[in-house]
Amino acid sequence: MTTEFPYMEVDSELCKGCQLCIDVCPKGVIAISDKLNSYSYHPAYYTGEGCTGCGLCFYACPEPGAIRVVKP
Amino acid sequence: MAKVFEKPASFYSEFERKSAGHKKTTHYCPGCGHGNVHKMIAEAIEDLGVAERSVFVSPVGCSVFGYYYFNSGNFQSAHGRAAAVATGIKRANPDSIVMSYQGDGDLAAIGTAETVHAANRGENISVFFINNAIYGMTGGQMAPTTMIGQRTTTTPRGRTEVDHGNPVRMCEILATLPAPTFITRVGLGNSKQIMQARKAIRKALQIQIEGKGYSFVEILAPCPTGWKMDPPEARDHLTKVMEEIFPLGVYKDVSDEAEAGHWNRISKPFDVEARHAYLQSMKTPLSLEPVPLAKDLACKFAGFGGQGVLTLGLFLAQVGMKAGHQVSWIPAYGPEMRGGTANCSVNICRGRIGAPTVDHPNVLVVMNQPSLDMFEDTVVDGGWIFVDSGICTGVPDRKRLRAIMLPATEIADKIGSPKVANVVMLGAICAATGIFGADYVKETLRIIIKRKELLDTNLLAFDAGWQAVVEQG
Repeated sequence: MTTEFPYMEVDSELCKGCQLCIDVCPKGVIAISDKLNSYSYHPAYYTGEGCTGCGLCFYACPEPGAIRVVKP
Repeated sequence: MAKVFEKPASFYSEFERKSAGHKKTTHYCPGCGHGNVHKMIAEAIEDLGVAERSVFVSPVGCSVFGYYYFNSGNFQSAHGRAAAVATGIKRANPDSIVMSYQGDGDLAAIGTAETVHAANRGENISVFFINNAIYGMTGGQMAPTTMIGQRTTTTPRGRTEVDHGNPVRMCEILATLPAPTFITRVGLGNSKQIMQARKAIRKALQIQIEGKGYSFVEILAPCPTGWKMDPPEARDHLTKVMEEIFPLGVYKDVSDEAEAGHWNRISKPFDVEARHAYLQSMKTPLSLEPVPLAKDLACKFAGFGGQGVLTLGLFLAQVGMKAGHQVSWIPAYGPEMRGGTANCSVNICRGRIGAPTVDHPNVLVVMNQPSLDMFEDTVVDGGWIFVDSGICTGVPDRKRLRAIMLPATEIADKIGSPKVANVVMLGAICAATGIFGADYVKETLRIIIKRKELLDTNLLAFDAGWQAVVEQG
């Protein structure tokens, strides 16, 4: 994924569906998926628009590698 | 340049703890605070450029597997002992950056002593204290930090002050100590708190890097599983309830005044040669020929604590050791340093010694009346008994025992100090029994008396005791 806009991405296999990123996102651009991952969690995902690259979701996420935020 | 927030490189790329699947996630429950703190520590050691010399000390608790995550030095310490282990690592390797990472059960219950004393010594380490007010790993029992009213599996009706005591506030306790440099409590309840926690963790490590001493970062962390809440609910509970009991803030910060390097401890490498030389000096033979021992000696020395009866036994044992014999010395005394009764047993033997205690001495020295009363009958027939006649009012059975009566304390007082009465007795013992010659004992005393300014008084005391016996015939 390349873009000139900031974005966040969730590795759906590493997400445990705790929803903390959704809680902290100031723009409300993260949502929880209807689908289950292979560990039977509903992972979070970026809705695709409005991320400012602030990184708050990254620090709120307890998983080391589940969230990646890029701010060009 | 693009700013990218991603998994810090000081984490392992794969977490081997996971037995199956992709090995990319932690073993922690969804919404657990450990992951956040791990991430912030990993990021900090990478950003500060110390990942290569970092040592992470894992506790017992959910974070016991810290070594599966951090690509740094790792130790897993016994329960509660992380601060002591960290102390050892830091002192042995002053260049290492040592973090102890502990939960509330580990740090504030079983490890309270290690925690408090490491802080009190101002060890140049960073302590990260994860406080979730519950025992998470073992299934949600009461922790020292469990709040009043909080239900746990061991407080099913809620913790009460009367039955279980109040939650322990570690920051407040440690902040009363003079040595620590930085003590703070942060939380993981919302973004603002998380960013403050991140800052505190970096500061704690920076302080250590600069040699400015001990830092303690308490992090209020949610345990959604133990609290029986979903993760967002647990974060809310943390800010609404837990913060009331554990107020966030900086409890102590003298990092600006602290001198860089002040708390660095430069440990000297263990010097095998120096140790060998020291041990060798302890067994330096006297210039005199060793004295043959005509008979095995079983001695008892008894008196008031403070009269030096234990030291007297020790001196005689050391003379015996210098003479090449097998010796033992066993003290028996009450808790009083002065004024209680004390005695010691000394064996000086040609062969190996079995039991070091002496029940039936053939040499007894008594320096007070209670000791005379207590031990006279235990002396074997024909044994020696030495009595400080200035202090003891009684007289031993002279038909059964060879008795030497001398006012050792008065003699010592005339020489200059009643404290050398024991060495007066030593002179008397040697003169009467003939076990060691005067030159031999005095040469030993020159070696074993550490305070050289007292040596002359002791040698005079020895001569006076010897002389007193000679005069008695």
